[in-house]
Amino acid sequence: MAAEYNAMELMICTAARLLENGSTVGVGTGAPCAAAMLAQCTHAPDLFVVFEGGGLAPQLPSMPISVGDSRTSHRALMATTMGDVFETAQRGLIDYTFLGGAQIDPFGNLNSTVIGDYQQPRVRLPGSGGANDFASFCWRTLVLTPHDRRRFVEQLDFLTTPGYLDGPGARERAGLAADTGPYKVITDLAVMGFDPESKRMQVESLHPGVEWGQVEEHTAFAMLQAPDLVETAAPTDRQLDLLRHQVDPYRYIIGR
Amino acid sequence: MDQDAGAGPLFTDPDPEQARAFFRHKERALVDKRMSVRQAVERFVGDGDYLASGGFGTNRIATAPLHEIVRQGRCDLGFAGHTTTHDFQILAAGQHRGRPLVNRLDCAYTVGLEARGLSPQGRRLLESGQVEICEWTNYALALRLRAAATGVPFLPARHMLGTDTWSHSAARLIECPFTGRRLAALPALYPDVALIHVHESDPHGNCRIRGVSVADLDLARAAKRVIITAERLVGNEEIRAAPERTVIPSLCVDAVCHVPYGSYPGNMAECYFSDEDHLARWLREERDEAGFAAFLQTFIYGVEDFADYLELCGGAARLEGLAELERGSNGR
Repeated sequence: MAAEYNAMELMICTAARLLENGSTVGVGTGAPCAAAMLAQCTHAPDLFVVFEGGGLAPQLPSMPISVGDSRTSHRALMATTMGDVFETAQRGLIDYTFLGGAQIDPFGNLNSTVIGDYQQPRVRLPGSGGANDFASFCWRTLVLTPHDRRRFVEQLDFLTTPGYLDGPGARERAGLAADTGPYKVITDLAVMGFDPESKRMQVESLHPGVEWGQVEEHTAFAMLQAPDLVETAAPTDRQLDLLRHQVDPYRYIIGR
Repeated sequence: MDQDAGAGPLFTDPDPEQARAFFRHKERALVDKRMSVRQAVERFVGDGDYLASGGFGTNRIATAPLHEIVRQGRCDLGFAGHTTTHDFQILAAGQHRGRPLVNRLDCAYTVGLEARGLSPQGRRLLESGQVEICEWTNYALALRLRAAATGVPFLPARHMLGTDTWSHSAARLIECPFTGRRLAALPALYPDVALIHVHESDPHGNCRIRGVSVADLDLARAAKRVIITAERLVGNEEIRAAPERTVIPSLCVDAVCHVPYGSYPGNMAECYFSDEDHLARWLREERDEAGFAAFLQTFIYGVEDFADYLELCGGAARLEGLAELERGSNGR
């Protein structure tokens, strides 16, 4: 009998499973950080976590609030510079990054700059921050985001951060590093990957209890279906216990 | 997508010759640069200047000179926004004769306060059309400062290409002379003034930083004038006893201001954690323009200096609590 869990807990547990032991990951605060911490508590004790402010492989005493706060360098291997972190990624030493955004398109491109017209925006958002950098340099980009029609759009209002741009080979033609790009998109409904031929987003697993129709309904572009569509594994009791009692005891993230 | 250059404005001159001409006449001697924050802003920050803020938004920021710039009403400022969160929020709050203080912005990350949410005042300012914006990324601004610190007109990187961030930047496409690869050329950024908060400085501006240094080592070298605020002043002998710990040399520095708790309400590694209640209050107060004006009157315009602001925010008891939180949350 599987335990009860909420959508955020499922997203974090699913994301945590994707991070291999011994790999490197550049994370932001919030759910991505929780996923990395959970992975470290379970199958990936040697997951090497990097924060863009300059914290390399900290032993996080508690959840950081900012990607540059002192927790991100607590008992770290090194407290370095922002340039050093991004250059480590540019050299090819960072395997994963976790991003979010206000909008995502079928090629996994992200918008975190404006909603509406650039010159007269309806909402001015922060901008790239380190997102464009991490997504350009890291081998695999993971995206964690709620699944709704306002976010999953055919055409972004602004392409802040590169996914596969306009299709196969586009990243390399633009000058970005080879063999990089979006890897998985994890939402409250499903896990998406990318069709190897077209580089368009496709559903690989539906979360327990979710129907294909719900994904279509909450996506404003034509979502593809992977040939071997499966069900996402539910969080284990151990994952939930660690997430609730060690990773996020104050429910900063899983209580959202 | 095959644009050879971003169409965004370049606010500062990347030519190293103009920088060398300036640095040629910069003070070299080990003079005593201690002064008050008010004096430092009066002497070294002028209308029309391009500013850059050290640290990382709510971490090791130079809050005191930012407040002082708002109080003194400097205008037509340019600003480098690489994860500038509360620091940008302070400048965005300021007005001079009905106009915003900042009118040009190199934007990598502003308006947001990371997981805390978007700043209503930052949004109003940038959505008003009164600020000319050029888009960048955090690494782009870090590398632009590195180019300036290195003394070259640009440095290359393999990012931004193919995106709207690129189209709205002022980067240029170049072909690598060795590999033929397409590269983004990032123009050197020489700010007129840098505001940097450090853990320790001697009276001449030889500085030590604990924890992450973000882009500040390059920022201190790239800026024409540097205002240092320090948690603690140390003697020159202490610096000389451990020179490997100096990360910013006095050659770069123009003013040294002793400002304990100078990153408040931000975090200062190993000293005090951020005051999340006060940061949340800023965001709340910003929602209502009239209420926010009253808040600014109380906390910025109506106080004599940063020490008064700290008193208003709870004084010694509050600050000791944040120091305790930093020790606790970091097991120190």
